Amino acid sequence: MSLIAHLARMEAVEAGRAQPLATVRHRHLSARPLVLVPLTTAGEAGAPLGALVGTDPEEPRLLVVPQPRDRELRFAFLAELAEEVLPYVDGHTEAVELVEKNRTDPETGTKSRVEVELCADAPQLIVPSRAGIEYVRLLGRSTRFRRTAEQDPDTPYPAPPRVPLLGRWLTHYGERARVPGSSLLLAATDLLNRHWATGQSSLEDQHLGALLAWIDPAGDEPGAVGAHRAELGRDERGQLLCPPAGPATDPAFDNQLLAPAIEAYDRARQAVGAAEDGEAAEAALAGLHRAEREVRRLVASQLKPAWDAVWRALGLLRELPEGARVADRWTRDRWSFTAHRDRIAAGEPPQPRRDDAVTAAAKLAAREQAQGQLDAQEALDDPLVLAGRRLSGEAFTGEVAEVLMAWTESRRPAPRPLLTVRTEDRPHLDAGVRVYRSLGGKPQAAEFVAREEDGSLVLRLLDRMGRAKEPAEGTVPEKGERIAWTLFEHDTRVGPKLPDPEDTPWTHGGPPRSAEGELPDAVTPEDLL
Amino acid sequence: MTVYDPTVPDPAAAAAKATAAILESTLHGTARGVVVDSPPGAGKSTLVVRAALELAAAGRPLMVVAQTNAQVDDLVLRLAEKQPDLEVGRLHSSDGDPYDKALDALEHVRKSAKAGDLSGLPVVVSTAAKWAHVKNVEPWAHAIVDEAYQMRSDALLAVAGLFERALFVGDPGQLDPFSVVGADQWAGLSYDPSASAVSTLLAHNPELPQHRLPVSWRLPASAAPLVSDAFYPYTPFRAGTGPGDRRLAFGAPSDGSAADRVLDEAAESGWGLLELPARHTPRTDPEAVHAVALVVRRLLDRGGAAISERSDAPVPLTADRIAVGTAHRDQAAAVREALAGLGVSGVTVDTANRLQGREYDVTVVLHPLSGRPDATAFHLETGRLCVLASRHRHACVVVCRAGVADLLDEHPSTEPVRLGVTVKFPDGWEANHAVLSHLAEHRVPWTP
Amino acid sequence: MSASLDAGGSRPPQTTDPVPTPASRRRTRERLAELRGPAVPPRPLDARALAALAANPGCRRRALLDGAGVDKGALAARLGSPAPFGQSQFAIVRGNSFEAKVKADGGRELLRLFGVEDPGAVSVPDLSASGPEGRTARTALALREATAAGGWTLLDHPLLTLEVAGSPVHLEPDAVVVDPAGRWTVVEIKSFPMVDGAADAAKVGAAARQAAVYVLALERVAALTDGAEVGHAVLLVCPKDFSNLPTASVVDVRKQRAVTRRQLERLTRIEEIAEALPEGLSFDVRECSAERLEAAVEAVPHAYAPECLAACEMGFHCRSRAREADAVQTLGRAVRGELGGLTTVGAVLGAARGEHGDPEDPAVAALRRARALRQEALDEAGAAACR
Repeated sequence: MSLIAHLARMEAVEAGRAQPLATVRHRHLSARPLVLVPLTTAGEAGAPLGALVGTDPEEPRLLVVPQPRDRELRFAFLAELAEEVLPYVDGHTEAVELVEKNRTDPETGTKSRVEVELCADAPQLIVPSRAGIEYVRLLGRSTRFRRTAEQDPDTPYPAPPRVPLLGRWLTHYGERARVPGSSLLLAATDLLNRHWATGQSSLEDQHLGALLAWIDPAGDEPGAVGAHRAELGRDERGQLLCPPAGPATDPAFDNQLLAPAIEAYDRARQAVGAAEDGEAAEAALAGLHRAEREVRRLVASQLKPAWDAVWRALGLLRELPEGARVADRWTRDRWSFTAHRDRIAAGEPPQPRRDDAVTAAAKLAAREQAQGQLDAQEALDDPLVLAGRRLSGEAFTGEVAEVLMAWTESRRPAPRPLLTVRTEDRPHLDAGVRVYRSLGGKPQAAEFVAREEDGSLVLRLLDRMGRAKEPAEGTVPEKGERIAWTLFEHDTRVGPKLPDPEDTPWTHGGPPRSAEGELPDAVTPEDLL
Repeated sequence: MTVYDPTVPDPAAAAAKATAAILESTLHGTARGVVVDSPPGAGKSTLVVRAALELAAAGRPLMVVAQTNAQVDDLVLRLAEKQPDLEVGRLHSSDGDPYDKALDALEHVRKSAKAGDLSGLPVVVSTAAKWAHVKNVEPWAHAIVDEAYQMRSDALLAVAGLFERALFVGDPGQLDPFSVVGADQWAGLSYDPSASAVSTLLAHNPELPQHRLPVSWRLPASAAPLVSDAFYPYTPFRAGTGPGDRRLAFGAPSDGSAADRVLDEAAESGWGLLELPARHTPRTDPEAVHAVALVVRRLLDRGGAAISERSDAPVPLTADRIAVGTAHRDQAAAVREALAGLGVSGVTVDTANRLQGREYDVTVVLHPLSGRPDATAFHLETGRLCVLASRHRHACVVVCRAGVADLLDEHPSTEPVRLGVTVKFPDGWEANHAVLSHLAEHRVPWTP
Repeated sequence: MSASLDAGGSRPPQTTDPVPTPASRRRTRERLAELRGPAVPPRPLDARALAALAANPGCRRRALLDGAGVDKGALAARLGSPAPFGQSQFAIVRGNSFEAKVKADGGRELLRLFGVEDPGAVSVPDLSASGPEGRTARTALALREATAAGGWTLLDHPLLTLEVAGSPVHLEPDAVVVDPAGRWTVVEIKSFPMVDGAADAAKVGAAARQAAVYVLALERVAALTDGAEVGHAVLLVCPKDFSNLPTASVVDVRKQRAVTRRQLERLTRIEEIAEALPEGLSFDVRECSAERLEAAVEAVPHAYAPECLAACEMGFHCRSRAREADAVQTLGRAVRGELGGLTTVGAVLGAARGEHGDPEDPAVAALRRARALRQEALDEAGAAACR
């Protein structure tokens, strides 16, 4: 966080409500995102308790595991989740546009143009918080290696048919969420925190309810008051007024409400098993339904506030105009989605448990590149972000005071005009440092030449002025123009091509063991009731 | 494995023995890799040049991988100086001004942006970043990887296919490589792409011979034990010179000011701590910046002269033999401005990152924790302090606000722990305390 | 080489505290009991609480309350800011059943996690005795016997003692394993999973700090036992992936051990803090009114940071006080970094607006530039929106 962001937080303290950190929206928001609010069982990894999921804020689908320790019920939950998520995903795989791409033949090295498919839009998944993103990864990891009866008739506990596929998609989304600036899987808290500064710390900002109390308060209520109630307020039974946005539940809820309801459910199930005649069985079944309904009601009571909060957050974000370069990043997300669609269609195995050396290095390089690009694009799209870079000396805005035409001294002279720029900013410039401005969406470079006595900067314009001796119309700034220059490049360079995994060098352990598909996870009998 | 060898009391002999063992492993050993740890000023560059010349003489096509263009150019110049008729290739980027113009004066140095133009030369030198783009060439028989501890594992992955065998040389005590994005998901993997090249190399090839240069020729006898204990607890080294071999004398006597007294203390003992009153300040603490500049000014005004094994006569301490080290760029900028205000020019002022590998007679250091209300991982990083405390041949003056010891004691220690990641020692906290408690013995309170 | 590991301990002390004498210790104990309330039993510190001291070692309030054995949870509730901590019974049940599974089969399962496939006979001595002193003595005896025996021994829930700020603290690790060479290794059993060999780094960190406390306590016993050595690597046992099967990882706790030891040494400061308090203060949660408690708490300075909310029962109380005081630190520790001597939100905003502050002060100058740039950008965006 920079000083300018700290200042915004302090202004929020004083004002009692959040202050803008951005003037445009820096993340893509789909017209029809899929919101997922998951809950999990305390103390046990991969034992979901329930979820609200759907694309319509008014019509969430409630999924509940009435006894989270029962593997059959867990599988039923995952199967239902797959039936919600996969049709939404599949709905984006058909509509495509054809894009020309360069292709290099791996054998001959010859280059050619080929047409490839790019999905016209991609599914977007929104969860309440970062912990929700982590949970999506965990769900993906826990399901993608499961075997269905069709894959392996001998598997002792076959998973429902579409569950492994759900795991692969969730894994892909969880992994893509690590790429800076990507929007396939987003947390509502991250979205809000990117665009507003509250009067509390970034740790407290992870609480969705508290965050909204600062950004979208009820009436004139000061943010700190609303946030405090969201964090700690309890009703007369000791239950939180604003339940956590998951996946963890509040221990008081577990101990006072959920545990007795699950016990009642267990007893009702036993009663069904023990029923000796039809009449008793019918009564017992009715009891079981009642008990299940009660668990569902309780789980829903915890999920619904977070569900509403996520949609409220999305509504707030939609009020901001989208940044100019957001669509460019979303196109990358669409490529990512399309590529995964193709991998699944090609019958490739699920993502391995851990990346091999080459994949890990390639991912790191791609993310560093994405980070550089995101930083640059946000600054170019948003004067408020640029202000932070100006403060830190990485950019400056100034008025062109003078333009002096000059040329290279080659046989065919090329224009190299000298600009004198007046600025109050204090960029970290040394002789020869390159600076860039955006000219019709493309970067135009200049180099720093000298600082005048009055503090003005002399820059030499270097490119994008056409091939002729005289610069093309509109490519050289005019006197009096106010221009933002950055010391950082607008596009980050693509890193070197890494070796293929089968050519992993000896320094990195040589080629990874052949990926003959990973074994499913071990099964423990005590998970089955 | 070279170990600290007390049976060789003469440092020159100990160093020669270590170098001979390294060259033996490199030229005649069977292992694909040889790793050499080199503490500050232990003759790493000399070793690299010598190994390069011997490999070239043995007819083994050699590629040299360095981390920055400045390091590459420096190496080419050194090779040409040692053996002017050796054909050296300088592979460079296709950006404007890609290499030091001084190379143009060297007759046998060929420069190109294409590896193909340089094929067949006995030695080709470039940066890791440039090498990574070289494809479809016959692998080199041998490589030397310089500053290997500052190279990231993924950078090594991109170039390791270019050579059969390699000598890896570097200083494990300096700043670790870093990544601008999170890399936690690979923590604990032997090939974590964000780890150092050497840690990946050794995780996969633990049997590789590891050597160590045991003598620092740069650090004086007053500094080597402290730096060795604080930053290299498991791989101690010693100074190549003895107490009294290096001295600092001034033409003009002390005027009694704090700056002069701390200079006298540093001239006498090798260390000086100029302590300003405790206060929380922004990074560019004007008082501390001024104190740094004033110390430098007085150092020049008093006609300092360095007496060392390098020369029979005292050598005047000129601006180019002095450096100021800071943690942050804006601090360096503020010090530069303050020096200009005092009419001082020609003194190097830079951050720890940029001072890595450099050497001066006297350094003046603005302590990374001076005036801070809190310590962060950045400011506690062991390598940062190690770089700042190990650039000098004669003396180091540290300028710092009081209260850093308390700041360290109140620093929360709730670091996350990642399974399978080797714990790095020494801890920044411990190293900072070790240096501070040593400096406390050379303390001069600041009086404006 | 191990000597250099102890560099933290061998450095000269930075403070000039007088060395506590037995008499001064007794005085401190009495004073602390007085502060807690003579009729209130001290809330026992456990390893988790000791390890948590490292979360904010600069906080005098926490040091004193912990040192005096005050029930901070009860105190916070009396002050109107109850700590939101609690544990779900689902997690407790699951944790207990997992621990039982790890220790099943006479300790052989656990030794398998050590990488010992055939340990021969594993001794699991009975450590029950009456009272904590009895159990501590029984544990020490069992450790001595196990070390002398030269086989594998599993100590299930041994009891150890560590002197903290003059009072003994009883500590109960999940298990300690003694190997045939006489090395004692702490075993920490946790119920968070290790998925594909990785686990939540914050939780592993907390487990490592807790284990480091046990290591320190074991070292006191080992110092009196021939042939004993305490391992500075502990065995962390967790459920594997999504199953109930145990898996283990060795965690090097040398750093945590050094940190904890230094925090424990610094707890002697409590004496100093207690001495500085005015007479008649009391933290007696049973007897005192909320107002009196509040005044007593106010008399000891806190060092609130947002991290406290998850680590200390007093967190929310201290936050409200810090907010009332307009402290910039309520926004995060890092916020102070560039503000120099400005410590309140009002002072920062006033300086930024040019109402006060020395323009030569780089912090003030930077704030003014920051505000001007921010304002310019917001105006520009506002103008663009109007067009």
